[in-house]
Amino acid sequence: MSILVDKNTKIIVQGLTGKTGTFHTEQALAYHGTQMVAGVHPSKGGEKWTGSKGETLPIYASVAEARDATGANASVIYVPPAGAGAAIIEAIEAEIPFIVCITEGIPVMDMVKVKARLDRSKSRLLGPNCPGIMTPDECKIGIMPGNIFRKGSVGVVSRSGTLTYEAVFQTTNVGLGQSTAVGIGGDPVKGTEFIDVLEMFLADDETQSIIMIGEIGGSAEEDAAQFLRDEAKRGRKKPMAGFIAGRTAPPGRTMGHAGAVISGGKGGAEDKIAAMEAAGIRVSPSPARLGTTLVEAIKG
Amino acid sequence: MNIHEYQAKQLLKSFGLPVAQGVPVLNAGEGEAAAKALPGPLYVVKSQIHAGGRGKGKFKELGAEAKGGVRLSKSVEEVVANVKEMFGNTLVTKQTGPAGKQVNRLYIEDGADIDRELYLSILVDRSVGRVAFVVSTEGGMDIETVAHDTPEKIITVAIDPEKGVTDADVRALNEALKLTGDAAKDGETVFPALYKAFVEKDMSLLEVNPLIVMTNGRLRLLDAKVSFDNNALFRHPDVVELRDTTEEDEKEIEASKYDLAYVALDGNIGCMVNGAGLAMATMDIIKLYGAEPANFLDVGGGATKEKVTAAFKIITADPAVEGILVNIFGGIMKCDVIAEGVVAAVKEVGLKVPLVVRLEGTNVDLGKKILRESGLNVTPADDLDDAAKKIVAAVKG
Repeated sequence: MSILVDKNTKIIVQGLTGKTGTFHTEQALAYHGTQMVAGVHPSKGGEKWTGSKGETLPIYASVAEARDATGANASVIYVPPAGAGAAIIEAIEAEIPFIVCITEGIPVMDMVKVKARLDRSKSRLLGPNCPGIMTPDECKIGIMPGNIFRKGSVGVVSRSGTLTYEAVFQTTNVGLGQSTAVGIGGDPVKGTEFIDVLEMFLADDETQSIIMIGEIGGSAEEDAAQFLRDEAKRGRKKPMAGFIAGRTAPPGRTMGHAGAVISGGKGGAEDKIAAMEAAGIRVSPSPARLGTTLVEAIKG
Repeated sequence: MNIHEYQAKQLLKSFGLPVAQGVPVLNAGEGEAAAKALPGPLYVVKSQIHAGGRGKGKFKELGAEAKGGVRLSKSVEEVVANVKEMFGNTLVTKQTGPAGKQVNRLYIEDGADIDRELYLSILVDRSVGRVAFVVSTEGGMDIETVAHDTPEKIITVAIDPEKGVTDADVRALNEALKLTGDAAKDGETVFPALYKAFVEKDMSLLEVNPLIVMTNGRLRLLDAKVSFDNNALFRHPDVVELRDTTEEDEKEIEASKYDLAYVALDGNIGCMVNGAGLAMATMDIIKLYGAEPANFLDVGGGATKEKVTAAFKIITADPAVEGILVNIFGGIMKCDVIAEGVVAAVKEVGLKVPLVVRLEGTNVDLGKKILRESGLNVTPADDLDDAAKKIVAAVKG
């Protein structure tokens, strides 16, 4: 097992015809035959997309049309920021079960509208401003580099893209490998939070340990820690290592990610680390020791 | 993006919100004309800088007994004297840091008779993904202190984006602020108008501290602090025009031209990293090994050679920088592109400080080869830990 995506996931691409969409779709097709089944473009319906190695995919004028024609159960969005909110809403209205939005820089107010629509739907949204999700040897959605992954037992969940790669690389190097790696994204308003992913990892047999990587801003890490404490009381617990980026970040400054800001005295790293440690997570002071810290946590 | 108080008030006034009459002063000689344009007899002279705590702030050039950055004046002459004393001097507040900020704009405002001072702000409450009002009867004070000491005095009202501010929301806010009579009546128009301004202009923070009830029972926005969502500026050219670049760090302005996420810090190790999380983590690991980062810099996922060169130049232009750490985990970002950018930048601007480079991921061997064959004095690192140790050791000598 794995979570959210596997070899049966069928994916359509919103924003396939752009440079980014094209590049990453080629990479996904080349990764253990990830089932990329179609693209969507409002004015290019009926045309065909051709990759640099001669790969082709049909293009449909709408998400609903693409879903009906292909039986897709997931969508990945590479649409530029100004139109990305509307693209997510189109996917929600077409009842796509799993939507992954890679786009960085979507106005927060657009995401507030998306969130309201999402709450009344059956869709799950991952992101935006995220690297996507990967189940090794089965399915790659988004922009993570496939070559650092190895099939294994660690569930990785992170707000940061490149720190996800660090965690994946280090768990590969210590010989554990990954069940699924999930980037939830660096925006303040997003579709999937730590708790959602942790719940799935706890329920997944293949996932035997978990790495959780947070950063400054908001209180999602504290909420996740509380969730883990409550679940542990019910006997649901897996060894966990963690890291919080931004210990040295100054208050009031946005650190690259729109959501990474300490404001009003809240969202600092120390509170998050304390909450995570209280929930039994081994928090590494160094981003270079995620893999070894997890090995220690597994040994107990 | 932040704007000045006087700009915020002009903007809010256009949404029908009650603000005092006021005149901005952009030259030291304009004080008299500004004061004469107001009814008097009470005036307030307010320093316009992008930092809070102005009232309690002190001017560097004036004695410790001199008054702060917000001054009450009881005559036109007093306004003129205050403008002369304040203009061009450096105001140090708890938010400016010890360097302070030069006051190049003042705002002369009509005074108000205050009965009660309240706190109101609007922001995006990320825990529910909605725009929310945060209010308190404890206005005019540092809200962080109120939140810490008496959290029960802070009340949050989240707004359903599909309904906007409802009658029930207005009642909840009036009740939370203990507004009655004319003030409560004012609340019925003030709260929806504030929400409208926030949403229509894509603000990220709208803070009114204090919101006052005047002795005549009416509401007024006595102060206003507005920040905008940078990601939405593309649809607000009118807002972009309000930007005051003299309030920003020169290196940060230069970085923004190249779409680089850069934040200037106080340390001496310059950092160039891909990804916001890894960039923060790189700062953290430098600190962990006993040194301080000079900056946060995320070159992003799709950086070109030109962008990397620009980033490198910004770092080396900072006189505080005594060593540079380049940390790249190439997923999408290819290591050879980074290596080429670094080599090009060093050839152009020279390299006077130690440089440690850690490359990992896509095209890592090619990237390392480019650096090795460049003839530059680059210290390669095996991993992040090794890189941090090496640069800290090099800087500490």
